[in-house]
Amino acid sequence: VCGVNGRFAWLVEGGAGQDVGRSCILVSIGGKNVMLDCGMHMGFNDDRRFPDFSYITRNGRLTDFLDCVIISHFHLDHCGALPYFSEMVGYDGPIYMTHPTQAICPILLEDYRKIAVDKKGEANFFTSQMIKDCMKKVVAVHLHQTVQVDDELEIKAYYAGHVLGAAMFQIKVGSESVVYTGDYNMTPDRHLGAAWIDKCRPNLLITESTYATTIRDSKRCRERDFLKKVHEAVERGGKVLIPVFALGRAQELCILLETFWERMNLKAPIYFSTGLTEKANHYYKLFITWTNQKIRKTFVQRNMFEFKHIKAFDRAFADNPGPMVVFATPGMLHAGQSLQIFRKWAGNEKNMVIMPGYCVQGTVGHKILSGQRKLEMEGRQVLEVKMQVEYMSFSAHADAKGIMQLVGQAEPENVLLVHGEAKKMEFLKQKIEQEFRVSCYMPANGETVTLPTSPSIPVGISLGLLKREMAQGLLPDAKKPRLLHGTLIMKDSNFRLVSSEQALKELGLAEHQLRFTCRVHLHDPRKEQETAMRVYSHLKSVLKEHCVQHLPDGSVTVESILIQAAAHSEDPGTKVLLVSWTYQDEELGSHLTSLLKKGLPQAAS
Amino acid sequence: MLDCGLDMTSTLNFLPLPLVQSPRLSNLPGWSLKDGNAFLDKELKECSGHVFVDSVPEFCLPETELIDLSTVDVILISNYHCMMALPYITEHTGFTGTVYATEPTVQIGRLLMEELVNFIERVPKAQSASLWKNKDIQRLLPSPLKDAVEVSTWRRCYTMQEVNSALSKIQLVGYSQKIELFGAVQVTPLSSGYALGSSNWIIQSHYEKVSYVSGSSLLTTHPQPMDQASLKNSDVLVLTGLTQIPTANPDGMVGEFCSNLALTVRNGGNVLVPCYPSGVIYDLLECLYQYIDSAGLSNIPFYFISPVANSSLEFSQIFAEWLCHNKQTKVYLPEPPFPHAELIQTNKLKHYPSLHGDFSSDFRQPCVVFTGHPSLRFGDVVHFMELWGKSSLNTVIFTEPDFSYLEALAPYQPLAMKCIYCPIDTRLNFIQVSKLLKEVQPLHVVCPEQYTQPPPAQSHRMDLMIDCQPPAMSYRRAEVLALPFKRRYEKIEIMPELADSLVPMEIKPGISLATVSAVLHTKDNKHVLQPPPRPTQPTGGKKRKRASDDIPDCKVLKPLLSGSIPVEQFVQALEKHGFSDVKVEDTAKGHIVLLQEAETLIQIEEDSTHIICDNDEMLRVRLRDLVLKFLQKF
Repeated sequence: VCGVNGRFAWLVEGGAGQDVGRSCILVSIGGKNVMLDCGMHMGFNDDRRFPDFSYITRNGRLTDFLDCVIISHFHLDHCGALPYFSEMVGYDGPIYMTHPTQAICPILLEDYRKIAVDKKGEANFFTSQMIKDCMKKVVAVHLHQTVQVDDELEIKAYYAGHVLGAAMFQIKVGSESVVYTGDYNMTPDRHLGAAWIDKCRPNLLITESTYATTIRDSKRCRERDFLKKVHEAVERGGKVLIPVFALGRAQELCILLETFWERMNLKAPIYFSTGLTEKANHYYKLFITWTNQKIRKTFVQRNMFEFKHIKAFDRAFADNPGPMVVFATPGMLHAGQSLQIFRKWAGNEKNMVIMPGYCVQGTVGHKILSGQRKLEMEGRQVLEVKMQVEYMSFSAHADAKGIMQLVGQAEPENVLLVHGEAKKMEFLKQKIEQEFRVSCYMPANGETVTLPTSPSIPVGISLGLLKREMAQGLLPDAKKPRLLHGTLIMKDSNFRLVSSEQALKELGLAEHQLRFTCRVHLHDPRKEQETAMRVYSHLKSVLKEHCVQHLPDGSVTVESILIQAAAHSEDPGTKVLLVSWTYQDEELGSHLTSLLKKGLPQAAS
Repeated sequence: MLDCGLDMTSTLNFLPLPLVQSPRLSNLPGWSLKDGNAFLDKELKECSGHVFVDSVPEFCLPETELIDLSTVDVILISNYHCMMALPYITEHTGFTGTVYATEPTVQIGRLLMEELVNFIERVPKAQSASLWKNKDIQRLLPSPLKDAVEVSTWRRCYTMQEVNSALSKIQLVGYSQKIELFGAVQVTPLSSGYALGSSNWIIQSHYEKVSYVSGSSLLTTHPQPMDQASLKNSDVLVLTGLTQIPTANPDGMVGEFCSNLALTVRNGGNVLVPCYPSGVIYDLLECLYQYIDSAGLSNIPFYFISPVANSSLEFSQIFAEWLCHNKQTKVYLPEPPFPHAELIQTNKLKHYPSLHGDFSSDFRQPCVVFTGHPSLRFGDVVHFMELWGKSSLNTVIFTEPDFSYLEALAPYQPLAMKCIYCPIDTRLNFIQVSKLLKEVQPLHVVCPEQYTQPPPAQSHRMDLMIDCQPPAMSYRRAEVLALPFKRRYEKIEIMPELADSLVPMEIKPGISLATVSAVLHTKDNKHVLQPPPRPTQPTGGKKRKRASDDIPDCKVLKPLLSGSIPVEQFVQALEKHGFSDVKVEDTAKGHIVLLQEAETLIQIEEDSTHIICDNDEMLRVRLRDLVLKFLQKF
């Protein structure tokens, strides 16, 4: 991937291509290399979990190659490999993310590390200290702040919805730019607002396409459906397990259940597992400016993240008799408390598990969603799933409509689809190409795509020259396109367009005047003065659009061209017209001589 | 328009608005002229030798007569104190532009406005005095009424409806966000370190840069530190909003504040702190949080009374991104950035919307009350002044620097309570200004007239003024000032196709030139140069055209020429091109080259060449091209 000016290329590094595994994208733009996200794959427990950075490292150090790293949001499939990348492979450059992401990311990383190392006993994993050291390299960005990474590279974050602190990023070098969406949603939900970007017309828009083909039914319907299912299960005395990630969808569903319980006056307990809950809600309270309009407006009177009905879960509660609803982490049933509870409750058909988000291949979540009812657990044990399994798409990704909306907002020249499944992406690709008439790409994992750009060249134009031209452009006779004439002075990287006169002056050069004088012989026995008079009236009548003047000294001028009549030294019946003009007036001068050569009309007296 | 502040010192000329009927205030004697004429005694009351207007307080607006405010496109707000006049401007002048401000500025600005409206509206006053404003009458009044400026333009407070409408015209911006205005200029807010969301503004085109530095602080308090680096390379730096009390050290004042507070409370007295509901109060509460236990004040109740007290305390906790680094990191734990959350949790600090309701039942003395308004003319503070003023055990501590404390106290005289003046103004003092200017090095500084001379009361203190080179340009109210820079360049984009067609040539080492002939397109103040259209082929219907139609477009400009013609080489070139009878004559300034057969004469001088020939276009063009070979085109 070479960063030649005027071209940029990107490489989709293991995962972010046509798969919802993990995100890690390398973009070269205008000679700068930027890594977008550094995710890990939840479905693997081995080397394949982290992106393969050897693509870069075989040519040198990460820090030398990369100008910066950008993390779009705190989900582990977007930031889970960060400590591995920065501390174990070795990267010391800046890592950009929003404030909420910076706050929450290390907590999720530590949580993930604990499960992997302490519970599963994995070796060669990053340590707590590595997470801390990694976070020291983070630079927090504000929404819409233009961050100057260096003299040429600037980045800007836009609100993405999706989860607290999620952002889309514009990466800009000179007049070339890329927008990377990360995950986003285009409809506001119960706790977050909708993604928004201005008409920034990037050369390339890299968008996720998790729900590329889905046009989801209205949010309200899904919510009603969800509440109905939970209510039914609780009514029949069943236990409802909702595997979630501690931050994100969990808060939305909590708000939903909280208001429902309140309205229906339900008594069945709702629990939220792990100590993260309170902490998580606290983050939402402190970063309330990142939530949606309604929550922000009312937070002083009522903070939506203080729940009355939802209490902390203790693992002993799982065996309590009677109905209950439990939110437990992690969201894909691949480890931890949610998996433990699942194993306890799976055998009872009265119970229910609701998967509110996407599950990666290889996870228990994915298996039960694809209909598997006999699961092989550790130690050859087989778990029979009798409980009701429900899938409700609550994960806040843009659907096809939302993706189209974003493309319409940003007006990119090209679109690149990542983070989705090939078949679905193909459908979306066609739709985008049809509707927006822009090229759309969907590279496979590890594939490099190169896109030529032809940036225009910014120069400074002297205001005198510009104003002169613009003033003339306002004249009524300026129908045909006018030509601006000037001299471009190029000194180092400083390009200035000035009038030719100014260029000469600046360079201390004198103008060289080139003048022509042509003799035109005219058959005319009259006196020179009269000949001049005849020339004047002839030209006056022919050249209506030019300023023709008869000067007191007897000469005639057309604009700046001078015509004098003189006697012929030998032939008194012939007069010599001396037509004189400068190189700059050549066209008119030469036109005049040929005009005069044809003679003067006889009618004139 | 840079900022939209409201001069509230005008209210000092009015009698306080008590929450409940105050016998003392209503029994003040009317004021009469020296000759005994008492026709103003309904409007003007006298208290301890000072005369006050007995009316709804009025505010002094920004200058609205000088220009047509409907022509203002944009208002940039630097901090929440500097937007208090916004409703007057956006609602009643035909203004249709956009206001730019940061989110904390707008949220806290709304609270300040809400509080102001609430203070004024909850004590409706039947009487509105206007007689005294008559110019002929005002002349007869005692100072300071006599000297009050522009009294005819003073206005009553706006309504909440006007506030909401004004605030709806604000567009939220973040620090370092580049905002394009009409394609012509770019504005960028920068952290100014003074208050939550407070900003300095950069206004720049591609070649000029004006910095507007207003209300900045280099001290470490709660806001994000001031961004100085981005102010560098300014052509003009407009500097305003310096500290009102250049001789007071804010740290020392905080210390004095705490010790006076402790002393009073230990002696069984109450402490009254007139304040705004946001800003320095956060820092004072933080100091007290660290101080009260060590000073043995744990059992003393702290009350914060304002219609927006709760909102202010809550809002302060959610703007982590706008806070100093220490406070930001607390949020990552996650803990509230300000310790007043803990003071509230432990019941040490209680807040109430007003005196009425819960407060009256919770009220215990001795206590410390933070409440507004610092002018002492309206708000709950009026009640506490009346209540506690008679006892010398009590203390009022002035911390806000906007009002002269003596003037603020005037309508309460005679007073038994102690008055302590601890103004805490964290904005730049003159030493910091000179440090800042050295660091930032603007070409020119522009500032209010007051900053270019020592304060009138300390005319010997030459250190209390801006000292810079070249000397700062000063301005005063309603004065028009031309800024000292000339625009010379503008950005233009050369389309790639045109750029490809340019032929640069090196004129001097490192300097290349290319002549450009292109079509200029201008849209939304953005200029683009495109390649000239291809010459169109002459069309068939030529014959019908008159001679004048055949005149070429002389607007196709020929370049300028430069250089000189070396005669010998020129003659060689002529001979090479078949001119066999070339003769050269020397003249005073150069040479004449004669082509005898062609009856042609070429005068060559250092900076000019003149070809005189018969009307033979072929010949002329041949000679021209030979000459041009030796010259450079521009």
